[in-house]
Amino acid sequence: MKFEYAPAPESTAIVDIKPEYELFIDGKFVASKSGKKFETINPANEKVLSRVTQASAADVDRAVKAATEAYRKTWSKLSGAQRGKYLFRIARILQERAREFAVLESMDNGKPIRETRDTDIPLAAAHFFYHAGWADKLDYAGLGDNPKPHGVVGQIIPWNFPMLMLAWKVAPALATGNTVVLKPAETTPLTALLFAEVCQQADLPKGVVNILTGDGLTGAAIVNHPGINKIAFTGSTEVGKIIAKSVAGTKKALTLELGGKGANIIFEDAPIDETVEGIINGIYFNQGHVCCAGSRLLVQENIKDELLEKLKRRMSLIRVGDPLDKNTDLGAINSAAQLMKIREMAESGDAEGAERWSPQCNLPEKGFWFPPTFFTGVSQAHRIAREEIFGPVLSVITFRTPSEAIEKANNTPYGLSAGIWTDKGSRILWSAQQLKAGVIWANTFNKFDPASPFGGYKESGWGREGGRHGLAAYLKGDFS
Amino acid sequence: MRLDVRKTYKLFIGGAFPRSESGRSYELLDAKGNFLANPALASRKDLRDAVVAARNASEKWATASAFNRSQILYRVAEVMEGRREQFAAEIMAQEGLTKAQSLKQVDEAIDLWVWYAGWCDKISTIYGSTNPVSGSFYNFTTPEPLGVVAVFISENKSLTDVVHGIAPVLAGGNVVIAIAAEDYPLSAITLAEVIATSDVPAGTVNILTGKSAELAPWVASHMDIDGVDGSGLDAANYEALKREGADNLKRIQRFKSVENPQRVLSFMEHKTVWHPIGI
Repeated sequence: MKFEYAPAPESTAIVDIKPEYELFIDGKFVASKSGKKFETINPANEKVLSRVTQASAADVDRAVKAATEAYRKTWSKLSGAQRGKYLFRIARILQERAREFAVLESMDNGKPIRETRDTDIPLAAAHFFYHAGWADKLDYAGLGDNPKPHGVVGQIIPWNFPMLMLAWKVAPALATGNTVVLKPAETTPLTALLFAEVCQQADLPKGVVNILTGDGLTGAAIVNHPGINKIAFTGSTEVGKIIAKSVAGTKKALTLELGGKGANIIFEDAPIDETVEGIINGIYFNQGHVCCAGSRLLVQENIKDELLEKLKRRMSLIRVGDPLDKNTDLGAINSAAQLMKIREMAESGDAEGAERWSPQCNLPEKGFWFPPTFFTGVSQAHRIAREEIFGPVLSVITFRTPSEAIEKANNTPYGLSAGIWTDKGSRILWSAQQLKAGVIWANTFNKFDPASPFGGYKESGWGREGGRHGLAAYLKGDFS
Repeated sequence: MRLDVRKTYKLFIGGAFPRSESGRSYELLDAKGNFLANPALASRKDLRDAVVAARNASEKWATASAFNRSQILYRVAEVMEGRREQFAAEIMAQEGLTKAQSLKQVDEAIDLWVWYAGWCDKISTIYGSTNPVSGSFYNFTTPEPLGVVAVFISENKSLTDVVHGIAPVLAGGNVVIAIAAEDYPLSAITLAEVIATSDVPAGTVNILTGKSAELAPWVASHMDIDGVDGSGLDAANYEALKREGADNLKRIQRFKSVENPQRVLSFMEHKTVWHPIGI
């Protein structure tokens, strides 16, 4: 049965996108010396939204100087309680302007308004609110009394959750007394630039947050700038390793949130309908552009057929299309480059002998789209079982015994997330113990909260974000 | 006059005391420049053997109960106590300290071992958490062992620094490959003899003697080592270790010679588990 809905588009009247944006340095928008600009487009229709600035090495230098001045003269002089109040202000302004942020995020990223409205933006505000309360309690962060901030933090964030990743990075950095030079992703700069306005509305002292738009060259200039004391990066494992190598000879601290190939393990006694919802949420949430996605479905062999039938039925109800339509489940792929990568990986699945399935769905003509897809007949050696696809593509693998499930789940250089579906409590706890992953969702998937530490084992990264553990990464202990 | 029966100082790998497979040794002189011993000069192959032994021992140690690990580590301190004279004699010879100073270091080292032993079953309580997330979920975070950790022992104090290097890593449930300070191998190997007779499962601790600078690149590039304590390396070797170790994103850290639970935590991974609450 298929329900038909009339289109229910969210109005774009709430956003005011300027034709061009400068860089946000030392509390104001300033022109780059390079004068170079690039376009940011709406991936759902390929229309140009705005032109933003390619920050040069000289701009990075200006921003680091501003952040250093702000650290020395204002931010490190404030009490934790005062710093916290600025964060509370920011959290409140984000709540007040939540719809504006949600619409802008959907336009620039391509993700459904349902997700930006209900997940990305509320969680971003929650991160500021949560960390605001930490600012005057740092003695309890686990590093002893009076722990010190690093100073100037360089932060580089990805395009999959632009505003949420900004909040994950900026909120703990400010709460602990650091100042920030942040670079949003090349394809999703607009909400970060709107956040600059929020900083102005909050009267945040100038230079405490600096926002530089640009590509990987800007990122490299931030990583290699000698005035930066800590780098926080979220992105691919490949780039993470390059950053780790380039800071090796320096005193810079480094945290990394990198890729994943999460196993979502379905045991034979799993509550089947909830499990199907969990699989959908695990891999089709945010078009599968999720580092912790449940991209490998490990299903116990004897329930595979039943599960896949139900999954197919559920997948055929996924509505793919206009991200601003409130009924849309699966929005646009973020960029042409990412779409090519997803297609290439899916074709490798075909070529290596796995079997592809997608529901019938009409994709819009303009923009970048990929239907929800799964592959069966996947072996551990296939590229689609080993490499991160970062798209709505699920690889289905079977197992017979719990220990085989764990062995297959752990057979990856990644270790970010895993899912466990079973009705048996002791099996949940046993599996959770065995899995080499930083976040384990049992009978749920893709849940996030500022109080909950997030981060990976092995090649999925260094350190945690969120909770006390994430906070501590922005402080220095006196042990090393 | 009776002639001393001297001890041959060998490596400690997988619970056994082999010579270096390379057949190499190096001449160790005492603080006055007199011959002291010919300890083994460990090779890349010895390191690789130690990693295999450590990996095989990893699961048993990591899944032993924290209380059990704590008791085993306390047992090491008990056996150390019985060897005070031998440890002191080696400290005197290697560092040129007086007998009183050496015995003081032995006391300090044993007490430090006991301090770390006690962390086994406290670390999750102090550094884990239950997290008050929004929505109906139970959510908790616990520190878990990292796996195989290589430790370059620093060379301020010949025995105390071995304890600082090995004990916290063990307390976190990891298995260890320690590379002794080049000038102070005797304390490390005598501690290995203590460990070998203290219910620590074979392979849980492995000790190599030789040249840190020679072994550091092989430690950095070994893909089955998860973490490295680089305290005993100079700046250039430490930098190279961090650069090459990034190929599998090893957790690499170095420490001041101070007692701190961060030495335990630096080689643990925080795992967060979510489960819905409902009827």
